Amino acid sequence: MTKYFNPKMECMAKEEKYLLQSERLRIVVKRVFENVKWYREKMLNIGVYPEDINTIDDIEKLPFTEKHDLRDNYPFGSFAVPKKQIVRVHASSGTTGKLTVVGYTKKDIEDWAECCARGLYSVGAGEDSTIHIAYGYGLFTGGLGMHYGGELIGATVVPASSGNTPRQIMLINDFSADTLCCTPSYAIHMAEEALKLGLNPKNFPLKYGIFGAEPWSEEMRRQIQELYSLKAYDIYGLSEISGPGVATECEHQCGPHVQDDFFYPEIIDSVTEKQVKNGEKGELVFTTLSKEGMPLIRYRTRDISSIISEPCACGRTSVRLSKITGRYDDMMIVRGVNVFPSQIESALVGCDSQVSSKFMVVLNRVNNLDTMDIEVELLPGVAFDEIKSVQLLTQKVHSVVTSAIGVSANIKLVSNGTFKYIEGEKVKKVKDNRKI
Amino acid sequence: MIINQIAVFLENRSGRICEFARVLKDANINIQTMNIADTSEYGILRAITDDNEKAIRVLKENGFNTASTDLIGFQVADKPGEMHKVLQLLDQEKINISYLYSYAQVGSNTAAILLKVDSPDLAIRLLTHNGVKSF
Repeated sequence: MTKYFNPKMECMAKEEKYLLQSERLRIVVKRVFENVKWYREKMLNIGVYPEDINTIDDIEKLPFTEKHDLRDNYPFGSFAVPKKQIVRVHASSGTTGKLTVVGYTKKDIEDWAECCARGLYSVGAGEDSTIHIAYGYGLFTGGLGMHYGGELIGATVVPASSGNTPRQIMLINDFSADTLCCTPSYAIHMAEEALKLGLNPKNFPLKYGIFGAEPWSEEMRRQIQELYSLKAYDIYGLSEISGPGVATECEHQCGPHVQDDFFYPEIIDSVTEKQVKNGEKGELVFTTLSKEGMPLIRYRTRDISSIISEPCACGRTSVRLSKITGRYDDMMIVRGVNVFPSQIESALVGCDSQVSSKFMVVLNRVNNLDTMDIEVELLPGVAFDEIKSVQLLTQKVHSVVTSAIGVSANIKLVSNGTFKYIEGEKVKKVKDNRKI
Repeated sequence: MIINQIAVFLENRSGRICEFARVLKDANINIQTMNIADTSEYGILRAITDDNEKAIRVLKENGFNTASTDLIGFQVADKPGEMHKVLQLLDQEKINISYLYSYAQVGSNTAAILLKVDSPDLAIRLLTHNGVKSF
């Protein structure tokens, strides 16, 4: 039976939700306009004032917020409250070196915990659950976000954090964890490590897996569900908006439900910056409707998704996100073709029982032509004594990957364990050596 | 006679062969034969040790994709024409050779030939029947 953490909000009628979102938008825009200098300037530059915002449909009048806005105002220039009201900061590292800092008031932390609590309920966890959290604890929001959600529903939380895989495996089994929170690639890594230790992950007590912090595919979901005896659910979040739990799947596994009383999603065309038609793919944009510490208006996530507004069988009325299929930031342009690491990953999962989905793309430019090498890790236990077996496997991987990404890549098989995926952290899968 | 061999996949990265040898050294395993078939991007190292079972275990633990393969082995006189005799017999019966290596056994005037063929039982019967000494 479906259990809701907050049935009033989660099952609110559409019309009522519209009024609530509109009211919250008016308040948050006013607060940001009055308290965040750089955003006020953005509004003034295009001649938009808080009184122009009446309903949620007026959101399109507002300027976007981008990651560089947050970096440019490092560390606390985006806070909308005096620093004494901030009870916690998190930060995410960027490729450019400067941190993106986010600040939370006490209420922000409570709201965030509620989002995670709703998500935990929606996958089936509850007060009797033991939740093993293998996201990193610290500046990264993954660990602490789920931690507070788990405590809020009255479950037993195991803050395992990242690292030391054999110990994680031991804790899951010894403490009878029924819920696992980590990145999907780490879930696969942990299963492989367990198999190496002679343990079958199918026998683990886990029932619910809540995986996020990186894009993953339906193929990976199937793979994880085959490795373990759990159901794998997608969770979406980003520290700028609060952290994990902005959207979480329900038991029907049909796309994460956005907690849209707290966060208003839009999908835009990343070039024209206009909203796309309902259901079309584009860049996901979020507005925080009730945040105090660092409210963001129309924050461009760079994630690619679409909005599903059809009602869900679970009874929640919130909109859902389709699977995040990639990030504009991860997108490579190889000989004019747009290629996403997530495409390579899903091609590898369905490709052959001898290769893993761990890979590294290396891009170079030779005589003005892009070259793309994809190093693919062999699964443990796979072995060859003849060159021709390696060649056959290489050709097979080449043809599957090439047809998935639409551009020819040179496949190089590498030993199992070549890529050290750091537990609980996002994984770098592309080395771009091109000097353009 | 059947002789067990280990085969290790090595991507072309500096230090990999040395790392292979270190793992065996640390496990106190003696390498008896070793050779590498190479391509531009990877190689397959084939070796026989004094304890292949243990070697495979420690190599796997250290992240080497390692295979265990059975070869057939023969001993011939260390003189002209011996290799030809063996190959001609196999050729006549259309037995395919995947790979082969051989080495002279110092101080004994004999040489060892190790082969991987597509029909090992037939090859053993054929060669021993024709007077080639099994290893």
